[in-house]
Amino acid sequence: MRVLAAMSGGVDSAVAAARAKEAGHDVTGVHLALARNPQTYRTGARGCCTLEDSRDARRAADVIGIPFYVWDMADEFHASVVDDFVEEYAAGRTPNPCLRCNEKIKFEAVLDRAVALGFDAVVTGHHARLGADGLLRRSVDLAKDQSYVLAVLTREQLDRAMFPLGDWTKDRVRAEAAARGLAVADKPDSHDICFIADGDTRGFLEGRLGSAPGDIVDGRSGEKLGTHNGAYGYTIGQRKGLNLRVPAADGRPRYVLSITPVTNTVTVGPREDLEVDTVTATRPIWHEASGDVRCEVQLRAHGDVVPASVTVSEGNLTARLETPARGIAAGQAIVAYRPDPGGDIVLGSATITAGTRESAHA
Amino acid sequence: MAYLDHAATTPMLPEALDAYAAAAREIGNPSSLHAAGRGARRLVEESRERIAAVIGARPSEVIFTGGGTEADNLATKGIFWARRDEDPTRLRVVASSVEHHAVLDAVDWLGRHEGAEVTHLPVDDAGRVDPEEFAGLVRAHGEQIAVVSVQWANNEVGTVQPIPELAALASAAGIPFHTDAVQAVGQVPVDFAESGVAALTLTGHKLGGPVGVGALVLGRDVSCTPLLHGGGQERDVRSGTLDTPGVVAFAVAVETSVRARLEYADRVTALRDELVRRVLATVPDAIYNGDPERRLPGNAHFSFPGCEGDALLLLLDAQGIYCSTGSACSAGVAQPSHVLLAMGADDARARSSLRFSLGHDSTEADLDALLAALPGAVERARRAGAWKTPR
Repeated sequence: MRVLAAMSGGVDSAVAAARAKEAGHDVTGVHLALARNPQTYRTGARGCCTLEDSRDARRAADVIGIPFYVWDMADEFHASVVDDFVEEYAAGRTPNPCLRCNEKIKFEAVLDRAVALGFDAVVTGHHARLGADGLLRRSVDLAKDQSYVLAVLTREQLDRAMFPLGDWTKDRVRAEAAARGLAVADKPDSHDICFIADGDTRGFLEGRLGSAPGDIVDGRSGEKLGTHNGAYGYTIGQRKGLNLRVPAADGRPRYVLSITPVTNTVTVGPREDLEVDTVTATRPIWHEASGDVRCEVQLRAHGDVVPASVTVSEGNLTARLETPARGIAAGQAIVAYRPDPGGDIVLGSATITAGTRESAHA
Repeated sequence: MAYLDHAATTPMLPEALDAYAAAAREIGNPSSLHAAGRGARRLVEESRERIAAVIGARPSEVIFTGGGTEADNLATKGIFWARRDEDPTRLRVVASSVEHHAVLDAVDWLGRHEGAEVTHLPVDDAGRVDPEEFAGLVRAHGEQIAVVSVQWANNEVGTVQPIPELAALASAAGIPFHTDAVQAVGQVPVDFAESGVAALTLTGHKLGGPVGVGALVLGRDVSCTPLLHGGGQERDVRSGTLDTPGVVAFAVAVETSVRARLEYADRVTALRDELVRRVLATVPDAIYNGDPERRLPGNAHFSFPGCEGDALLLLLDAQGIYCSTGSACSAGVAQPSHVLLAMGADDARARSSLRFSLGHDSTEADLDALLAALPGAVERARRAGAWKTPR
């Protein structure tokens, strides 16, 4: 097959490209230039968008012995990922930009162009398993598993994806990189959001959205407890940094329960009011038959799984959780898994619109 | 394999390679006083004389550098500094808008850090500077112009500039005129004295010599402040131990290519014309860019509407056809060619361009290989779309 390897400049994608070549494919490496101004993105070994990363990727491609090009995806990335990130926060939701990048950039803009140019598939260094059965599963390395941010991919996208690292732990990937003479073997993992150079998400959003003072109110009494400089600076379940003037009547800590952009209000309350047992979500990608499906759901990146029964109908997904979950934020993905000894199988995913409490508190 | 990228770099001529290897076996710093040093110095000075003889310069006017980029930087910055020292109000720097980045970025740097007032000369849709326009600029600002730089021939579209005409205008106003002739020497007639320029850049690897050695031919009466200070080699304008084998091979390549120029130009022009004819017959809506007449023999530059130059390059590379989008790279990302944009092309046309450049070792078989691969690549690239055009 003619395979396009998306090479970030990190160790994972370098080893993935090497393995694809070793498997007999005709591999071409591509580094995606995502930053309009590389200096404004994370530097050093942390992101995937800097000049240094581009050079690391090129060096790895040279060692592997494959052609290498840089594709300028800055405009697409900005429109589909960065602007979306800001708009989602402005709408009171909590987006996952990595998921969005997989959905719109790596497996849409890049994949479409690759297919048009005669490539059969895109290979990446994601830690997830995608076998001959076409099922997407968690990586062997659960700490590095990225199936959550890949579950958004459709059947058609998965049919043209290759993830050669899913059966490998990160340690083994690093060892293999060193054995192959790839200088990126010791490169630190990337973290956080690549387009926020200093890691200060609230500051980044404030720069884009401006300051917008509003009220922080009690969810039960409706009483005004304080003010904020912009509702986008808060996430459901957040406890720290609320700076409330009025202590709670019961003296217990309060948490962000909801964000209402229309009134620019942040609503807070006690921990138990965060609990939800029903999650509704939109834009489902569903690989199973419809109907009630017993499974496990993951409600945020690196979050725990909760047993649930999931129904998908008419563009909506509803999950009834067997044990309540807390801190469920609109905009995050709900991903459904079926436990499996060969790696938990992704059944589908959707974008959370709301978490509610249907049953009475225990 | 079909190598159609001679404007990027050329294969070394066998005689240049042999001369390099022979000189590299000898020891000696040309600045040393002992016999070994004298031996090296003799090789360097003979090389200087050989280059001067075929380029229409005096040997003392040839200043060896580490290549074309250094020579361009030395000429633009060095002459600017020297002229500003003579008259602190003389701050204007003039360069054509289609210069190589070695000139453009050096001049921009002078603007940002040295108080230079930079004027970019426009070009017409064939990439030519208008002498009338330049004459007007000289009339308006003559006193304030520190240095002018206009390339002899363009590296992307191959357009040859009216250098003697422009240089005469500058010279009449007492303004030093520099020309970057790295693409021109060995391709079109270049005579330093006859052209009337004050400074001229040439380089080894564009004419069958080694990479990393070039020269600035600098008139004896032209003041130029050095970029590199040190041992005072090369008239005190360019310090640093000379690369004897590089200089020797460079001289052999310059001499060989200039002497063979007429025959070369006839053969390569015919081959280029055939390439153009066959490309336009195969891809009828392709646009042949540049000046059809006043152009480098080996240069064929096209826009392929609906294609990304990048995509074509990838597809042709996969079939062993080596060419170039001819555009500069910033952060590894291809930018639309500033040359095409200056010629009035829109962004899409600038991004859809591809340069094929022929050289002394090019053959009919290279054309056959290109024409076998091109139709499929164009069709594919069209399907992939002009993805960078404004949505």
